Amino acid sequence: MDEREVLERIEARRQRASRRLLDERITLAHGAGGRSSQALVEALLLPALRNSLLEPLADAAILELEDGTQLAFSTDSYVVKPLSFPGGDIARLAVHGTINDLAVSGAQPLALSAGLILEEGLAVAELARYVASLGETAREAGVPIATGDTKVVERGKADGLYISTSGIGLVAASSKLGAQEIRSGDRVLLSGTIGDHGMAVLVARGELELEGAIESDTAPLHGLVAALLAACGAAVHCMRDPTRGGVATALNELARASRTGIVIDESAIPVAATVAGACEILGIDPLYVANEGKLIAIVGPEVAEVALATMRAHPLGREATLIGEIREERPGMVILDTTFGGSRVVDTLAGDPLPRIC
Amino acid sequence: MKHLSEYRSGEIAAGLAERIAALVEPGSSYKLMEICGGHTHAIYRHGIEDLLPAEVQLVHGPGCPVCVIPMGRQDDAIAIAEQDGVIFTTFADMLRVPATNGSLLDAKARGADVRMVYSPLDALRLARENPDRQVVFFAIGFETTAPSTALTLLRAGAEGANNFSIFCNHVLVPPPLRAILDAPDLQLDGFIGPGHVSTVIGTQPYEFIASEYRKPVVVAGFEPLDVLQSIYMLLRQLTEGRCEVENQYVRVVRREGNERALAVIEETMEVRDTFEWRGLGFIERSALGVRERWGQFDAERRFELPGTRVADPPACQCGEVLRGALRPWECKVFGTACTPERPIGTCMVSSEGACAAYYNYGRLERRSERTPA
Ligand code: SF4
Repeated sequence: MDEREVLERIEARRQRASRRLLDERITLAHGAGGRSSQALVEALLLPALRNSLLEPLADAAILELEDGTQLAFSTDSYVVKPLSFPGGDIARLAVHGTINDLAVSGAQPLALSAGLILEEGLAVAELARYVASLGETAREAGVPIATGDTKVVERGKADGLYISTSGIGLVAASSKLGAQEIRSGDRVLLSGTIGDHGMAVLVARGELELEGAIESDTAPLHGLVAALLAACGAAVHCMRDPTRGGVATALNELARASRTGIVIDESAIPVAATVAGACEILGIDPLYVANEGKLIAIVGPEVAEVALATMRAHPLGREATLIGEIREERPGMVILDTTFGGSRVVDTLAGDPLPRIC
Repeated sequence: MKHLSEYRSGEIAAGLAERIAALVEPGSSYKLMEICGGHTHAIYRHGIEDLLPAEVQLVHGPGCPVCVIPMGRQDDAIAIAEQDGVIFTTFADMLRVPATNGSLLDAKARGADVRMVYSPLDALRLARENPDRQVVFFAIGFETTAPSTALTLLRAGAEGANNFSIFCNHVLVPPPLRAILDAPDLQLDGFIGPGHVSTVIGTQPYEFIASEYRKPVVVAGFEPLDVLQSIYMLLRQLTEGRCEVENQYVRVVRREGNERALAVIEETMEVRDTFEWRGLGFIERSALGVRERWGQFDAERRFELPGTRVADPPACQCGEVLRGALRPWECKVFGTACTPERPIGTCMVSSEGACAAYYNYGRLERRSERTPA
C-alpha cells in the first residue's frame, strides 16, 4: 500500500467513526476539549441522554415554543486555577462564557443562573470579591443573574470555588445558523488575537519561570454578534467562540460537522507577541490555546468585506482578520498554509498537556 | 515577534528551496536523517517537506526522549508513583505513555499523586513544601536536559533534602547513531544534527560519523529556516563529495560544547554500562545514572523497583521507526489501532515522536505530489 492509500483509509475511518471511549477511568485528558473530551460526550453522555435538542451538540440547544418563539439554552462550568488572573477572574469567565455560548447560537441573552460550589475554609472576603465580580460582570453585559444556588464541600474537595452558569436567550425568528449552513467558498473570519486567555492563566499559575504582561481576553460577545448579524443577516452561516482547545479544535469541529474542508493562512492569524513568545518557550501551538472573548464567523463570500468591516468597527473586533476559506476538498479536515510556505494538517489534539485552564 | 518571523520568512525559504532544487541531480535520491525529534516536529509543523524536491527524503531519527523509554522503565515509574506517600513529578509528555498497566495519567486516575512540572527544580520545591512526602522526579531527556537534572541534584545536596530523588533516564545521542550506522538495512546519505543537544556536547562527538562512516553531518537550529539551510548544506557536501561535521547553528553551538554543563553532569552522573532503548534493545554506554556519591537522591536505590524487562507490544514497530527503517505510515497499526488518543507505541505520544508529528500535522501528500485542488 502506498502512502496515499494509507492516508485515505485512515481519513475515511476518522470521518466515519464516532468517537469511542475506551478508557477505564476519567483522566484530565477528558476535560481538555480535544478528542478524549469528544469521546466522552459522544460515546457516554449522548447515548444515555439522547434527544433531538441535545443531538446537534451545539453551544446551545434551541427550543421552539408553540408560538414559534425560539429560545437558546446553554450551560457551562468553571474550574479555573488560579481564581484570579490578569484580565479577569472565575466570575467574569462564568458570566462571559455562557453569554458567548448563547451569542454564537444567534441568541440575545436574557438571563443567567449561577451555581456556586464553595470549599470549606474559603475566606468570606474572597468569596465576596468573586460574587461582586459576578454581579458587576452581569450588569456590564446587561444580562441579569436571575437565579442561583450555593453548596459547600469539604476542604480539599474543590479549589476554593467552582462556578456553574446556565443561560437562556431569544433567537431571532429568521435565524438559521449552524455547521449545516456552511458552504464551499464561505470565508472564515476571526475577531482578534488568539491564545491570550490560556496563556494568561498558565503564566498566572506562577509555576513557570515566565513573566509577561499577558491578559485574558475574557469578554461578552453578544454585542459584536448582534452587530454582525445586523450587517450581514442570513449570510452569516455559522459562529463559534473558540474556548477550550482553541481555534484549531473549533475549526475541526466545524469541518467535521459540515463535511467541508477548511484552509487557513498562518500569516493571517493574529497572535500577540507576548503570547507567541510564551507559547514558543513552552512548545505550545497557540492554535490550541483557549480564548474567552474571540469570535469565529463563517460567512458567505459576498458579505466577507462587510462582515470584516463591521467586526473591526466594534471594540472587540478591532483586530479582526480573514483567516481562511471553506473548500469542498478534504472534507472534515483543516489545512494550514504556513508562513514558511508549506502546508500541514491542523488536527484536534487527543488531550491537553495543560490541565484545566478554562 | 521579530525573532520568529526572521527565521520563518517564506520569502527567504523560497529562495533557499530554489537553491536546493538546483543542487539536486534529477533521478537520484538523497536520504537525510534528522536525528532530533525537535527537528521532526519542526519539519511537520511548518510543512518544510513541501519546499523540497521529491528526490530529497527526510528520515526521522531516534532523538525523541519520550519515544526511546522502554516499557519496563515506564512500569518502574508507575510502580514508584503508586507507592504510599510518594509525589511523582514528570514532564507532561510522559503522562500518556502506555505501560503494561496503563499510563501515568491512568495511575493518577487510580489515586497516585502524579504531578506535572516544568523543571526538576519545581520538583525539588515540592519536596521542600511537603516534608512528610517522598518527591520523585522522572528525569528524561538527552544531554540537553541532563544539566538541569544535575544542577537539581547539586541543589538537593546543598539543601540536605532527604525526601527528594530522581528516577534517572537520561540517555546519550551518539551511541544509538552508531547502532543505526552499523545496521545493514539502512541507507542514509547524511545527518541533520541536533541543535540543543549540541549546545551541551558540542559538535565533536559527531566527528566519528564523518571520519569512520563517511557521512556528512550538519548541526542545525530548530527554526524552519535553520532546517532548510542545513539540508542545503548537506546537499552541497554531497555534491562536492565532502563529508564533514558542519555547524549551521553557530549562533548557539560551539565545537567543544558547554564545559560548565558537562562538568555538572560529570560531577553527579556516570555512564551506565548498558541501557535498554525502546525498539533498539540494549545499547552499551548509552545512558546516564546517578553517581554513588549522590545515591541518596537516586530513586533506583531508594525504592524497590520491579525492574523487569517488558517486551514491546507485538504490534509495535517503534524500533523500526526510531531507526528510520520504517516511515510512520508504514507501521501496520499506524492511525488504526495506534492513534494519539490510544497510543500503542511511544512515537505516537510525544509531540516530537515521528508518528505523532506525522499523524497530527503531516497527513498530506507533498505539494509536488498533490492533486491540484
Ligand atoms: S504507529 Fe504506533 S506502534 Fe507503530 S511505530 Fe508508530 S507509535 Fe509505534
